Amino acid sequence: MRIGKDLVAAAATPVVLGILSEGESYGYAILQQVSRLSGGELEWSDGMLYPLLHRLERQGLVASEWRQSDAGRPRKHYRLSPTGAAALAEQRRQWTVVGDVLDKLWSVQGGPTPALGGA
Amino acid sequence: MRAADTAGTPEAPGPGASPGLDDLVASWRSWVERRETLTASDIDELEGHLLDRVDALRAAGLHDDEAFLVAVKRLGAVDDLSHEYARVHSERLWKQLVLDDSAVADERRGGASGAASGVDADSGLGAASDAGFAGASDGAAAASRSVPFWNRANGLAVALLLGVGAGLAVKVAAELTTDPAFFLRNGAVLVLPFLAAWFAWRHRPTLGVLLGIAGAFLAAGLVLNLYPWGGPGATELFGAPPAATELLASLHAAVALWLVTGLAYVGDGWRTSAGRMDFVRFSGEWVVYYVLIALVGAGLSALTIGVFSTIDVDVAWFFNDWVLPCAIPGAVLVAAWLVDAKQRVIENIAPVLTKVFTPLFTIMLLALVVAAVLQWNVVEAERELLIAFDLVLVVVLALLVYSYSSRDPLQRAGWFERIQLVMLAAALVVDLFVLVAMVGRTGEFGWSPNKTASLGLNVILLVNLAWSAWLQLGFLRGRVPFDRLERWQTGYLPVYLAWAAIVAVAFPVLFGFE
Repeated sequence: MRIGKDLVAAAATPVVLGILSEGESYGYAILQQVSRLSGGELEWSDGMLYPLLHRLERQGLVASEWRQSDAGRPRKHYRLSPTGAAALAEQRRQWTVVGDVLDKLWSVQGGPTPALGGA
Repeated sequence: MRAADTAGTPEAPGPGASPGLDDLVASWRSWVERRETLTASDIDELEGHLLDRVDALRAAGLHDDEAFLVAVKRLGAVDDLSHEYARVHSERLWKQLVLDDSAVADERRGGASGAASGVDADSGLGAASDAGFAGASDGAAAASRSVPFWNRANGLAVALLLGVGAGLAVKVAAELTTDPAFFLRNGAVLVLPFLAAWFAWRHRPTLGVLLGIAGAFLAAGLVLNLYPWGGPGATELFGAPPAATELLASLHAAVALWLVTGLAYVGDGWRTSAGRMDFVRFSGEWVVYYVLIALVGAGLSALTIGVFSTIDVDVAWFFNDWVLPCAIPGAVLVAAWLVDAKQRVIENIAPVLTKVFTPLFTIMLLALVVAAVLQWNVVEAERELLIAFDLVLVVVLALLVYSYSSRDPLQRAGWFERIQLVMLAAALVVDLFVLVAMVGRTGEFGWSPNKTASLGLNVILLVNLAWSAWLQLGFLRGRVPFDRLERWQTGYLPVYLAWAAIVAVAFPVLFGFE
């Protein structure tokens, strides 16, 4: 299964904020996390994550800091700001509404339900 | 740093594979660095990501080069990436003037003399990117702690200090004498040493070059002030115009001293074409900035005087006595500082103006040729006409040189080069008309200093432009490499210096200070 481009783009912000709400992280680790959580279904081009992170930083939703990695490389760490936490909560409410609507629609229609987990 | 890297990942396959990876990453970095929307810090971040990915892939059993290829592929197309960065950081397309210390930090990171233009991006890449990592970790914060104030913001403090010095030099002179001819003669001698000092501080020329410059200023100061101009009676009366040779000497001394000051800018590079072209570039940008500063300064002064006059406070005297004598010389230094500070930040503006005005100027010259042929009255040429045509040739030359100064030397000749050739040909035709007429009239009326000076300049410019046109034609036909065009212009600079020196030093004597 391939998730559509628009949906990937729409989900990007809440996913990144959600991952950062569990603790600070850096680009490569965030991508690994996304890949792991989605079972490899949600895949971004590696580089595109960084412009997104920068946009979130501009909006004040995340803050960044350069640190040394274990290998001695400098690495930019991102963490959620209080504004970001509020934005995440808001996004969560919106997505819940959307998810509920879809759930209800699809359970009422009883149509061809997607076999969850088995694409 | 890469050594520590491989030590940390012992499972890395293949002995001696690490240098290969280093080179690959370095070349990737130099490729990415060409995107204007990505800053060094962005690239650091992406490079860190790339290396993380490479490490993981190597752990999975891939060789260095394979891992690198996959990692780069996963990063996505650089064009898309930079486009995305541009959307997030649109302000970077309008680059900002660096007033903090990051420029200094950049310079130190990039190795020696980042300020000197023509930094070769391909040389010492490994070293540069390694240093980049070392310096980037905590960015400007660390840099500002270790950078002394005089090095901050591209040496703004030093530039301002020297600007104040230049202003004070003029102010002190104004207190000592009220003779307007004195300022006419000594303006360059008073102000340009401060500019030379700024260049010397920025670019560290050798002692020999500095002594040469000092000698030239000393000689100019002596000649301009010891020659018996006009006589004391004439200059004490304000209305008396300065003698023709005095005007000529002052003007040509200023030009010669500007070129001499340029020696401090290029330092030991004055023998090379690239070094001279650098100063030509500087001069063009400097003129643009100076004019802008002067315009805004004049506007601000007028506004201030106007606003204060509405509450019946007269501040005009303050502007006359302090702002004008101090600001006009001071702005020389500020403009010079701006050129240096902006050089790495933004595209130069003088070449842009050149591109806009070359076609327009060409049309004007063609119209002039037609008008001259139809009217056939150029033969009545006056001295003023010759001066006007000197100016035309100077403008043609400036348009030519500034387009050279910013041109990609490897680019093939295109429509713009053809327009330049038309402009050169038109200028030469018009000037030949004038020259023939002038020589005839000089035979009739004899040699005055003004006429001789403008005729000499005219011939010098004509030679330069004629040979430029010839080279331009060869370039258009693909017979002459662009480098020859550039070297012809820079090689000709000493001719102007020599002529200016001759007019300043020898003409007054030759024409008996008339």
